[in-house]
Amino acid sequence: MAMADTASPQAEQGLQLDKLSLAIHGTQILQDVSLTIAPGQILGLVGESGSGKSLTAFSVARLLPEGSVTSGQVTLDGTDLTALSEADMCALRGLRLSMIFQEPMTALNPVKTIGDQVAETLLIHRAANRRQAYARAADLLARVGLDPERIPPGRYPHELSGGQRQRVCIAMAIALQPQLLIADEPTTALDVTTQARILALLRDLVREEGMACLLITHDLAVVSQLADRIAVMQKGQIVEAGPTGQVISKREHPYTRALFAASAHQPRRAAAATQAPLLEVREARRDYRLPRASLWQAPGHLRAVDGVSFTLRKGESLGLVGESGCGKSTLSRAILGLEPLQAGTIALEGAPVAPEMGADLRGRMQVVFQDPYASFNPRHRVARILSEPFYLTGRPPDAEQRIAAALEAVEMSASDGLKYPHEFSGGQRQRIAIARALITRPDLIVLDEAVSALDVSVRATVLDLLAGLQERFGLSYLFISHDLTVVQAITDRVLVMQKGRIVEEGPTRAVFEAPRHAYTQALLAAAPRLVEDA
Amino acid sequence: MGYILSRLISLVVSLAAASVVIFAAVEVVPGDPAAFMLGLNASEDTIAALRAELGLDGSVLERYVGWVGGMLTGDFGTSYTYRVPVADLVSQRIVVSLPLAGYALLLSTLLAVPAGLVAAAWRGRAPDYGIMAASQLGIAVPNFWFAMLLVLAFAITWKIFPAGGFPGWEAGFWAGMRALTLPAIALALPQAAILARVLRSALIEQTGQDYIRTARAKGLSSGAALRRHGLRNAMIPVLTILGLQFSFLLAGAIIIENVFFLPGLGRLIFQGITQRDLVVVESVTMLLVCAVIVVTFLVDIAYALVDPRLRRR
Repeated sequence: MAMADTASPQAEQGLQLDKLSLAIHGTQILQDVSLTIAPGQILGLVGESGSGKSLTAFSVARLLPEGSVTSGQVTLDGTDLTALSEADMCALRGLRLSMIFQEPMTALNPVKTIGDQVAETLLIHRAANRRQAYARAADLLARVGLDPERIPPGRYPHELSGGQRQRVCIAMAIALQPQLLIADEPTTALDVTTQARILALLRDLVREEGMACLLITHDLAVVSQLADRIAVMQKGQIVEAGPTGQVISKREHPYTRALFAASAHQPRRAAAATQAPLLEVREARRDYRLPRASLWQAPGHLRAVDGVSFTLRKGESLGLVGESGCGKSTLSRAILGLEPLQAGTIALEGAPVAPEMGADLRGRMQVVFQDPYASFNPRHRVARILSEPFYLTGRPPDAEQRIAAALEAVEMSASDGLKYPHEFSGGQRQRIAIARALITRPDLIVLDEAVSALDVSVRATVLDLLAGLQERFGLSYLFISHDLTVVQAITDRVLVMQKGRIVEEGPTRAVFEAPRHAYTQALLAAAPRLVEDA
Repeated sequence: MGYILSRLISLVVSLAAASVVIFAAVEVVPGDPAAFMLGLNASEDTIAALRAELGLDGSVLERYVGWVGGMLTGDFGTSYTYRVPVADLVSQRIVVSLPLAGYALLLSTLLAVPAGLVAAAWRGRAPDYGIMAASQLGIAVPNFWFAMLLVLAFAITWKIFPAGGFPGWEAGFWAGMRALTLPAIALALPQAAILARVLRSALIEQTGQDYIRTARAKGLSSGAALRRHGLRNAMIPVLTILGLQFSFLLAGAIIIENVFFLPGLGRLIFQGITQRDLVVVESVTMLLVCAVIVVTFLVDIAYALVDPRLRRR
């Protein structure tokens, strides 16, 4: 394939978007989007959710929802895609243009083997007969790093981890060596170390196959490491575009500057941790029973939390980091008294925490999850959602005022209590979830990936809010996250968890600057960082 | 394998529990079955004679063991009214009811699957509205009325199928199938209407799934993506409905059996009840419960065939 490091004389190679506009049911979504990606190049399209990044990709692939009207030109290696019929587009998707999506957990059909699903790309486009297609699928799966000894093509998606599933999706996408690969947030749902490996795989494949790659992400650090060029999108328009190093160093458009500032945001924290212990976890152990391998065999056990001890002090913000499956969510459920321990103790100011503990104690600990929408009943008004924790403490006579005060504490208005959850944006919903956690006036709030799903600018404001609330109410936070930048920004101390054990513990700054344990070092090395002035 | 074994254990336990309940309902609850069967004007002597004949003099446990043991060896007792072994009665009827239920189920599946697929693929457009209106009609109109229309059209006007009766399989396979065709259609239509609706909504739920989008990105048209990827994922609720429908068709076809003068199980149990023939009622009920439990077992196995995630439970 042609290498296009220099300005290519064949201008029609690769992908060109010329004044692409999109309206859905009359609402203007994209406006005059113009982009060029040369073969073998990666263009990083960045912007916040709702800016139109994904719809740009779907406009190229012509997989838009009903009621969409597009104008402008999309040219792939000289073919004008906007002029093709749907049947021609079907013949082209998967063959000359392919896509990878954000959610590897659900992107694969759960009832078909991974080999079948990879082979299907070849079979749809009649690139091989059935037997050849399976043989080729096996090769492709090996090529994307799935060891045929451990993950043979006969496996089903549910037997694979998220990173392995994303590899299967990549194998499907590159099966026919397309000219364009669209990767829509391909690593957002993955752990940092997995993310680093998938990104490296993508980069190598793009270079080797000479594909043009449109990489869509909200993560500036990811694009800064991977992309040759960056385009910044705001409200359906490209506000700044250019070579990666140039965009990062110059940041000409105010929106670009705001994005970078938000991603490096450090909330001002005035609250000082005291020495008085609030939560004490001693030698906590949590086992799960695994399903029996056969009927007569004793069921196995999985030790999800293995002898964990730590102390969370009053007014402190403690981070808990680790990859998915390391046991951090299991530990948080035990701390909230939702599941019993098999050994060890957990105490909140001396009072034992367990599933049978009293409502008073429960009211002193609250939790905020990653996806607030999933934890709200969509048919309840916000005021009713906020009053739910009163089931623990009994409805106080001033309930109305306390609901209003909680909403105001999270910088929303008391009248928002009359609305329903779907009327709010993701950031506002997370504020509502925080307000619900505040309503019982707790001592401890467990924040389980509480800002992971938010855009950088929204995340920055929520982090500021959390810092302010901590100071105002003397709260303690247990901040569980896989996102190291966030933990670095908001915590005093950090615990690093691996395979159910705490492998490193210390003041946040010290751990991040001089990690001692090999696992912490690997985590920090894998975390994407902004490459400034490349 | 563990899954099949656990389903088998559940099958055996359900059967045992059902046999106890049926036995208790018929024989142990207060009142003398013999007196009930003979009616108000029976003399003490005839009741005593019947009690002896039915074996009601033993203890509850003995009677239960005798009943279950008899059924396991194919002895279902002797019908009081017909004076023939219940096993003979049942075997004459089941060769009509079982093929009829299977035939109706096949027709209903053949009708419902394409209808559900078309409706889901064309959601909100003319084919969808047409199929949904037809299925609404299919659910609302009673099946005996359908049956009479079918007889009018295909038996009286065009004389393609017989209007009723069953010649027996001795008359030949096709003669038997011809006799069962109209009743099977009458039974299948309402079932197909329900099934098509269930399939449509299950498929529509699948259209929003990420893997359908992946399939589209591979180059499948929206219809092909739904057929090749959505259908199998939508099968779980459909299989559930199919299992329920088969059980219903086996025993619940009594009205249709009457319309077409078919000697089926539904009529047998109906006659057993009106003639207070508790031996027939008890045994046929147990048999039907058996059938339902076996069908449930088969549906469970089918779930695991359709969805690999269930195999490891």
